[in-house]
Amino acid sequence: MHHYITEGYVLPNQAHIYWTTMIVLYPYITGIVAGAFIISSLHHVFDKDELKPVSRFAMVMAFAFAMFATLPLLNHLGHPERALNIMFTPNVTSAMAGFGFIYSAYLFILAVEIWLVYRTDIVHLYEHTRYPALKPVYWLLALGVLDISKEAEAVDRRVMIVLASIGIPAACGLHGYVGFIFGAIKANPWWASPLMPVIFLLSAIVSGVAMVMLCYIIIHWVQKREISGPCVHALIETAWYFLIIDVTLELLELINHAYMANEDWTILKQLVTGKLFVSMFIIQILLGSVVPFLLMGAVVVFKQRVPAMARNLIAVGCSVLLLAQVGAMRWNVVMGGQMFSKSLRGFLNFQVDLYGREGLIAGAVIFALPFVVIFVFSRLLPLWGNVATFPKEWMKEEPPVRQPLKGWTKFTS
Amino acid sequence: MSQLPPDDVTRRAFLETVARTGGQSFLFGSLFVNTALLRLPQAGTDAKARAEAEVGKGVIYGFVVDTTKCIGCGSCVRACRAENGVPDGYNRTWVEQYTFYPDGEVFVNSPNGGEDGFADPAPTRNKPTGTEAPMRGFFVPKLCNHCIDTPCIQVCPVGASFKTDEGVVLVDHERCVGCGYCVQACPFGSRYLNPETGTADKCTWCHHRVVRGLLPACVVSCPAEARIFGNVSDPQSRISRILATNRVQVLKSFLGTRPRTRYIGLDSEVI
Repeated sequence: MHHYITEGYVLPNQAHIYWTTMIVLYPYITGIVAGAFIISSLHHVFDKDELKPVSRFAMVMAFAFAMFATLPLLNHLGHPERALNIMFTPNVTSAMAGFGFIYSAYLFILAVEIWLVYRTDIVHLYEHTRYPALKPVYWLLALGVLDISKEAEAVDRRVMIVLASIGIPAACGLHGYVGFIFGAIKANPWWASPLMPVIFLLSAIVSGVAMVMLCYIIIHWVQKREISGPCVHALIETAWYFLIIDVTLELLELINHAYMANEDWTILKQLVTGKLFVSMFIIQILLGSVVPFLLMGAVVVFKQRVPAMARNLIAVGCSVLLLAQVGAMRWNVVMGGQMFSKSLRGFLNFQVDLYGREGLIAGAVIFALPFVVIFVFSRLLPLWGNVATFPKEWMKEEPPVRQPLKGWTKFTS
Repeated sequence: MSQLPPDDVTRRAFLETVARTGGQSFLFGSLFVNTALLRLPQAGTDAKARAEAEVGKGVIYGFVVDTTKCIGCGSCVRACRAENGVPDGYNRTWVEQYTFYPDGEVFVNSPNGGEDGFADPAPTRNKPTGTEAPMRGFFVPKLCNHCIDTPCIQVCPVGASFKTDEGVVLVDHERCVGCGYCVQACPFGSRYLNPETGTADKCTWCHHRVVRGLLPACVVSCPAEARIFGNVSDPQSRISRILATNRVQVLKSFLGTRPRTRYIGLDSEVI
């Protein structure tokens, strides 16, 4: 842990920053999990059929990021080997102690839901894969349940509806909860706010939608697949809608600090106009919020009059800006809260490490892992729809076209 | 197609069994780990046993810092580091110097936590018109406040931070996971993550000395008697008499943590 150069008077134990890159990455990853899941649910539960082309992918993305959500935390802990103490001996008064349970429950719901969505396809591929070596893999993925009779699929669908309805509050809970971990710290005036969980949740949805939108268009460009105009439009609409509420609350939080002008505002004002000026006013607010608001707003207003290529380019550009916005917001909260001392009289000159356990490279590796999972997944199962969209050359014969069942047929898509 | 006969009921029963046995094994497993491996309840009960056997029942410790007496020599900081093996760059206790200038500007510093004392008891200020002498100044020793409603124990996810029956806030280094949440939650900057142990660390009021009938190292080493430690539940103790005859304050009272470390002669500029 570094001893940073300080300005003004910093309490001796605060000449160090205890939560760094990993703790910025952790809410960023869980945010993408929650946001991607919400996108998937908008189709699965709320019948937004325009989002059908990305609904499966969004679920896979949520799962891939959820798999690694704890990795930054483990990498950060002084004693990662004791990590499970948080579930074995939880302290009920701790805002952090619930994380193990909330996260595990959510990961379980997500895993079962993906399994149910994909089970029919897994069985199809088990029967039709061109590569005999993959047969046992598909058998394992199906957990040995090879029954795809109409009755079995009907059971799958019933369970899926129940799980999806639990999954939405669970996703909201997971990320709202991450915000509470910061918002409930009365010792830190930059964190302590009941708005914090709401802001975290809304920005989570923004980042999840942006990540799904970015990957959808880029992968489809690379693979020369057709991009669904209504789908991109619906994604832009969703991102725009949540961005507006998110930024409104973020600004409200800042304005409230400034207007109330408590004892701590003297230092917070110096913080936002000094060390956080670029990451807050330039990246988070101007480039990350105002620019996407205007560009996506144009798409929302002009609808199908926007040429497809322009819509896609705006979607890609705004996705990058929105991901930067949410990343900057996480940075400004987590690091901003530690750049000033609780003496309210001094600052730390924090610099990000490139190497080292909690350096930028370690962070980039952790952030890349979910994409490796998504890539492996795409070799085994179709990302963008049912088995009919899977490369034909990877199967012995085309799977039989199955007639959708009546009622809740969207789940089989 | 499946070789197995399709049977929803069987699968449902299977899932139920999986859920049931999974839940049971988790419960029993965690119970086993609690009792057998982590020796969970011992940290608290050990302290309790020690308190009853060696210190006597009904003891509640308190600490008074008389800022009007502190001379800023830094003996307490050096004694603390030697007694507790506090790593360089971290402090369980430190001394702050407050200097007030005629125009109302306040200068606060604590070079190296005050460990080497203060070079200038009345630092002058450079102004365009020349140097300016301060109007007044004083020293404020700081340490863990051992709060009654302490946020550090509240937020510890694994229960590694705990309070003894004598009111002393301690960390169980065998159970601490080193997440740093307590460091963030302490409003006074009293805690740090010890880079040598990977766990949270803080002032213990020299609990290891106190249970042997000794005073904390900083109290013993203070030449000005600016630090007073004792049993506040005994009305005849020195600390009780001092508390009965002085106006005392606590740091950041508005946060409602109810510190057990109290201050005589605290200025409103001291945060």
